[in-house]
Amino acid sequence: MAQVQLAAAHGQPVQDDVSQAPLALRGVTVSYGAEPVVLSVDMTVVPGAMTAIIGPNGAGKSTLLKAALGIVTPLAGQARFWGTPLKTARDRIAYVPQRASVDWDFPTQVLDVVMMGLYRELGLLRRVRPRHIAHAMQCLERVGMAGFADRQIGQLSGGQQQRVFLARALAQRAELYLLDEPFAGVDAATEMAIIDVLKSLRDDGKTVVAVHHDLSTVEAYFDRVFLINRRRMAEGPVAEAFTSDALQATYGGRLSDGFVARSA
Amino acid sequence: MLLDALTLQLGYNAALVALGASALGFAAGTVGAFLYLRKRSLVSDAISHATLPGLALAFIVMVALGADGRFLPGLLIGSALSAWAGLWITGWLGRATRLTEDAAIGAVLSVFFGFGIVLLTVIQSISAGRQAGLEGFLLGSTAGMLRSDALLIAAGGALVLLATVLLRRPLLMTAFDEAYARVQGVDTYRLDLALMTLVMAVTVVGLKIVGLILIVALLIIPPVAARFWSENAPRVVLLSGVFGGLSGYAGAALSATAPDLPTGPIIVLLAFALFAVSLLFAPLRGVLAASLRHRRLQHKVHLRQGLLAIAHDQPIYEAVTRRMLRRAGLLRADGMPTESGRAEAARAAFDEARWHALRRSGTLSELAARDDGLTRIEAVLTPDQIATLDARLSGREAT
Amino acid sequence: MGAEFVALSLPPLLIGTLAAMACALPGNFLLLRRQSLIGDAISHVVLPGIVVAFLLTGAVAALPMMIGAAGAALLAVLMIEAIRRLGRIEPGAAMGVVFTTLFAGGVLLLERSDTSGVHLDVEHALYGNLESLIWLDASGWASLGDPAALAGLPPELPRMALTLLAVLAFTLVLWRPLKLSTFDEGFARALGLPTTLIGLGIVVMAALAAVAAFDAVGSIIVIAMFICPPAAARLMTNRLGRQVIWSLGFALLSAVLGYTLAGYGPLWLGYTASVSAAGMIATVSGVILGLAALFGPHRVA
Repeated sequence: MAQVQLAAAHGQPVQDDVSQAPLALRGVTVSYGAEPVVLSVDMTVVPGAMTAIIGPNGAGKSTLLKAALGIVTPLAGQARFWGTPLKTARDRIAYVPQRASVDWDFPTQVLDVVMMGLYRELGLLRRVRPRHIAHAMQCLERVGMAGFADRQIGQLSGGQQQRVFLARALAQRAELYLLDEPFAGVDAATEMAIIDVLKSLRDDGKTVVAVHHDLSTVEAYFDRVFLINRRRMAEGPVAEAFTSDALQATYGGRLSDGFVARSA
Repeated sequence: MLLDALTLQLGYNAALVALGASALGFAAGTVGAFLYLRKRSLVSDAISHATLPGLALAFIVMVALGADGRFLPGLLIGSALSAWAGLWITGWLGRATRLTEDAAIGAVLSVFFGFGIVLLTVIQSISAGRQAGLEGFLLGSTAGMLRSDALLIAAGGALVLLATVLLRRPLLMTAFDEAYARVQGVDTYRLDLALMTLVMAVTVVGLKIVGLILIVALLIIPPVAARFWSENAPRVVLLSGVFGGLSGYAGAALSATAPDLPTGPIIVLLAFALFAVSLLFAPLRGVLAASLRHRRLQHKVHLRQGLLAIAHDQPIYEAVTRRMLRRAGLLRADGMPTESGRAEAARAAFDEARWHALRRSGTLSELAARDDGLTRIEAVLTPDQIATLDARLSGREAT
Repeated sequence: MGAEFVALSLPPLLIGTLAAMACALPGNFLLLRRQSLIGDAISHVVLPGIVVAFLLTGAVAALPMMIGAAGAALLAVLMIEAIRRLGRIEPGAAMGVVFTTLFAGGVLLLERSDTSGVHLDVEHALYGNLESLIWLDASGWASLGDPAALAGLPPELPRMALTLLAVLAFTLVLWRPLKLSTFDEGFARALGLPTTLIGLGIVVMAALAAVAAFDAVGSIIVIAMFICPPAAARLMTNRLGRQVIWSLGFALLSAVLGYTLAGYGPLWLGYTASVSAAGMIATVSGVILGLAALFGPHRVA
């Protein structure tokens, strides 16, 4: 596992295990206007591990996930899932968008939202069977929201909304879970509940990738880190890649020295 | 004839209307620009459609009082009152219910307009044939305009313009940053109210010339067109006013040569022509300029990625990249780099290494924000700084 | 009474009701996507569409005009999208630019061309002509079973019924993707749903309803029915399915009540003439929305 890959500029080639990785990005560049927000990023996600994507605001963390999932179209580069294009891998991928990206006033109930995770199974018109509902309820149970199945989604707290989104992803029965800021604006209890679920997924051999912004919890929550500030800054196991040198490169002078010293 | 019209040679009334229309256009352009900067352009659509019931009610009241139903000041007061009611209901629906502003706007404009049509048919039945005067308010017409009407419009346009000029500072501040304006002591609620009053005034003054269906165009199109030319808010407002004034002036003058044609559509189409030119050709945000920039960026990104792959002996994944490299003479047909390709690749890799060192240097890392992957480091650092970096680089390799 | 009602009132009443429901149905999704004003834009551009169709064919025939109107609606939607994306203009302003321009173009074309011999004018496109859609072959309720008499039904009736069926079928079959992509577009795209196509599909359904309806009932009803019944329905329930059913009910109520008030209201007040049915239907839908905003059980979040 000793494959600390500092930025490619060091001259070390990125290890080419595209066909093994649940997600591998090569040369992904995204631009919204005249300037790239994600620049020539290579990323190789290791199976069965929890990876945090870390970087300052506007560093392209969410954009990277969206580009991988085809939600935004990259200017250059490509994403591979287990060595295949996205189209053939969709059934194995679950996605949790940023909570703020949807309208929580939408007229629907908690259970309805979780059932959306079964769309690829149910299709346009296939009938909803009791086992589907039971599965959705189980997923709600796992995030501690079974008592809220009939609640209108607008009545939930931020943490509860995030749990519902996680339950929807669980309903997809995927092998790779991509989460965009799952801990943004949630209470401490929810944060613990979510991390427990994610760890149990990892222990079942699933792969978890989450955009994360709280540097103080990286070591407790994740196995691996991917540091990004438009470019890939570092990638590898937390112990090796989450260094003060890499953080300095990622955050520039903006990070307090005290923190860098402690985590190094 | 056309030249006569544009140089105001078609008589006193036509000249007055053209001047009034340009004052109105200028006022609409500036007021509309503030509305656009506040992202509330379509509120004007609700306001303008909401004038119809007031117009019709004013007519009915004036006829019932034995006066001439087509007395313009009376009609304008009526339309202003119902526009006010429409505006208030739009706001109330947004405040008192979960409905969003666009739904409130649509509901108010359709219901008020529908009710106005009901009243128009009432007028038709109580004074058969005499409602011809009101139809002109739907699409605007300058035909058969009284001198007093023309004067009223010119004065109204000038008045709105004056009020906008007086309020420009707080309006700009609020459009740019509402919270900051509030801290600076601007009463943003009342200012919004003032802005809406100006929108209403433009609408009411413009009813006769442009018509209530199309007056919104004069509030929306000029600012959108002006936005392509500048990132500077005061300049956008001014340019928007100029665009609006030009469309109003030329449109009114043109329609004086063809009195049968409704004035409103001519003015709107002229404004759209200005918009289309701006959308395509404006150097700052125009489509042509933007797509050129985008393609240039894409080209640079692919070349750079290809060169780095060559430098690191990695496969080049994308066919597009290979094609671009070949066309630039950096790659041979068999996929091997050419002589200059190798040289360029080495330079790119070296540049990349310098950027890498820059990010990790204590003193210069702030400059790393300038790294967009395409800028050469020579463009950012002085030769001295580069020398320091290079020393760091070789030092690191030595250890 | 029966014979007169069947011949003079039943067809316009039915056509108005079908049109109102056909517009309200896609209006639900437009409302939730914050695109209500797309309906406004579409109904404005119907005018240039029919004018161009008239100029090309030289006749006032239903089919070419509907094709023209549909073409104009599609053109408008594409222009709005193009301006929004290429110029990075906020959607409301992009809509404002497009529909005023196309409407202005339609008015000018109409005024410049000789339409004196045909019934084609701005007012007609705005208010429609609901009252004139009568069934001369009807002699009473029995005519509903008489094939010869049924052949004389105004063609707007079957056309509107087919439109409502098409919109209904679209909504039922695509219910899940419609709901999913309206609620969470990012998730829908990650699932592989063609969200752009779904969004376009909703707008095309709205355009279809608008185009079929405008000829019979005019643009005002179209705009009002896109927005008011769904908006009122949203204030009655927190479930999408129920919201859609409520909106259909409100559309029906607006049409029936509005038509009745327009036709008989003035008589009750002692006047002889009737008032615009289209305008009255829009007004009633507004009153319903007002009541829902005051008393609806789910009026606030």
